[in-house]
Amino acid sequence: MGAHQAWAYTDTVKDHFMNPRNVLKDDDYQEDGRGIVGNVQCGDEMLVVIKVDKETETISDCKWRTYGCASAIASTSVMSEIVKGMTLEEAFNVGPKQIAAALGQLPDHKIHCSVLGDKALRAAINDYYERSGQQDKIVREEARVICKCMNVTDHEIEESVLEGARTFLELQEMTKMSTVCGKCKDDAEALLKVYLKKHFG
Amino acid sequence: MEERSVYLDHNATTPLHPEVANAMRDAMSCFGNPSSMHSFGREARGLVEDARETVASFLGALPEEIIFVGSGSEGNNTVLSILSCPSTDCSCDREHKPHIVTSVIEHPCILETSKCLRGRGNRVTYLKVDEYGKIFLDDLRGSITGDTGVVSVMMANNEIGTIQDICKIARVVHEKGSLFHTDAVQAFGKIPIDVRELGVDFLTLSAHKIYGPKGVGALYVRRGVPFCPLVHGGHQERGRRAGTENTLGIVGLGKAVEMRASEMNDEAERLAALKQTLKQGIEAQIPDVSFNGHPTDCLHNTLNVSFAGAEGESILLYLDLEGIAVSTGSACASGSLDPSHVLLATGIPVERAHGSIRMSLGRENTLDDVEYVLKKLPGIIAKIREMSTAYERR
Repeated sequence: MGAHQAWAYTDTVKDHFMNPRNVLKDDDYQEDGRGIVGNVQCGDEMLVVIKVDKETETISDCKWRTYGCASAIASTSVMSEIVKGMTLEEAFNVGPKQIAAALGQLPDHKIHCSVLGDKALRAAINDYYERSGQQDKIVREEARVICKCMNVTDHEIEESVLEGARTFLELQEMTKMSTVCGKCKDDAEALLKVYLKKHFG
Repeated sequence: MEERSVYLDHNATTPLHPEVANAMRDAMSCFGNPSSMHSFGREARGLVEDARETVASFLGALPEEIIFVGSGSEGNNTVLSILSCPSTDCSCDREHKPHIVTSVIEHPCILETSKCLRGRGNRVTYLKVDEYGKIFLDDLRGSITGDTGVVSVMMANNEIGTIQDICKIARVVHEKGSLFHTDAVQAFGKIPIDVRELGVDFLTLSAHKIYGPKGVGALYVRRGVPFCPLVHGGHQERGRRAGTENTLGIVGLGKAVEMRASEMNDEAERLAALKQTLKQGIEAQIPDVSFNGHPTDCLHNTLNVSFAGAEGESILLYLDLEGIAVSTGSACASGSLDPSHVLLATGIPVERAHGSIRMSLGRENTLDDVEYVLKKLPGIIAKIREMSTAYERR
C-alpha cells in the first residue's frame, strides 16, 4: 500500500480511535472532579472526570466522553492514559503538544481537536479544588483583550492559529482584529509567533 | 471476519463503466488533432462528433448545442461569467445584465463563482430553500429584475438528492425575461432529461458522475441564446471553447451516455429498491435517526441521514475501517469549521448536520452490499454514542 493510500492519521491515532481507553460508561461513577468543555454545535464536546488520591494529590483514575471526530476521540483517549498517576500540578500542565506527540502526530488542521481534551482536564482539576475547599489553588484561564477596537482576546488569537492562521493577514481576516486603529499589530504579531511555536514549533 | 468493500459514494464520483474503459482503450491510438484536415485529424474528429451526437440525442438537443468542457465546474463557471460580463463591445451580441440569481444550496463552483463575480461589481441574489431543499417559486419571481442576466438553479442536489421543479422554474424565469441555467451534474444520467421539455437555456453535465472519465463534461447551450467563450483561443467547439479537444475523454463521455441510455431506467428502479431497504433497515435498527432531503422528489440513489449524538467524521472513518465508503456533512471532515451549507440551508439544527452521512448508491451495488452496511452500521453508531457526551443513555 503506497503512502498516499495510508490513513490520514498515525497508527496510534487509529488504535485509540478503534479501541478508545477509559471511556466513562458508568453513570454512577463517583468522581472527585468533573470538567466539560466545547459544545455540540461547534462539533466537539468533551467531558473529563477524575478520581484523586487525596494523600498524594495524584490522579488515580481519569475517564471521559467525547462528541467529535477521530482526532478528538483519540486525543481524549490518549490523554486519559498519560495523566493517570500524575500529580494534579503535573496534569494541569499537560498541553496539546504533549497529547499530539503521544499520538505520533496529528494533521495540522486537527490540532484544535486535541486542545479541548486538556482544557476539560484542567476544568476537572479546578472542580476538584473547588469541591475539596482549596479555592486558592484554582487557576482561572482569563482572556486578555489584545485588540480593544474589535474586542479580540489572546484566546481568540490562539484559536485562530489552531484553525489555520499562519500570518498576520490571515489572523486579521479571521478575527477582524487590528482593522480599526491598528495599534495592536505588534502585540498580535508577537502572540502569533508564540502560539505558532507552542502548537506547531 | 467478513471482508467486503462497499462503495456508497457515487455522488462524489463513479468507477468507469467497463464498456467506457473499452471504448477509451480503443480510442487511445487515435492521436490526431480533430482540427487537422488530414486522415489522422479526420479520424479524431469523427470520434468527437459521434460523442456529440450521442450526448445531444440523450438530452433531446441538437449536436451544435453541445459544447465539450473540462469539467462540470468549468461549464458552470462559463455560464455565470459570460452572462454577467460587463464588456459589450466584443462580438458577443448581448446586453450587459449584471444581476445573477441562484440558490443557497448550489455546488461551490456556482457559489464561489458568484462570490467572485460580486467582487467584480455584479449583484447576486441567493434564493432560500424550504426544509426539503426546494426553492420558492414566489421568491424566484420576485427576485428577477430587468437586469437579471441569468438564473442558475441546480436540478438535483448532490448532498441531499432533492430534485427541483425545473420545468416550473424555467417558465417563471422566461416569463420574467431572463435566461435559465441548471447545473445537472448530479441529475444527468439518473433521471430522464429533455432540454426542450424542461425549457432550459443552459445545462451542465459531467462524465465522471455517470461512470465516465474525470476531466470532461458538457454544456448545453440552446440555439440562439447569447454566448461567448470563457476560454479564448482557437476555433474549437465552433469558437465557443478553445483548446484542443480531449478526444479520449470525449469518447469516454459519449460511451458513458450511451450506456446510461440503455441502463438508466432499469437501474433507477433497482437502486430505488435498494435505497428503500437501506432506509427501512436503518430506521428499524437504529434509534434517533432523521433523514434529510425531500421524501419523494429525491434522487433514487441518494440517502442522507443524521444520527443524534454521533459526529459524522467518526461515523465515516469507522465505516471506512469496515470497507464502507460514504461521505459526511460534518465540519470536521471538510477541514472547515462549518458543517454542510446545504443541510444548514434546510434549517436543520447544526448538530444534526454534524451527525450526517450521505450514502449514494450506484450501478455495481447489490443487496448484499446493503445488508453488509445494515450489519455494520448499528454497532458503529452504538459505539460512538456510548462515548458521546451528546447522547442520552436509555
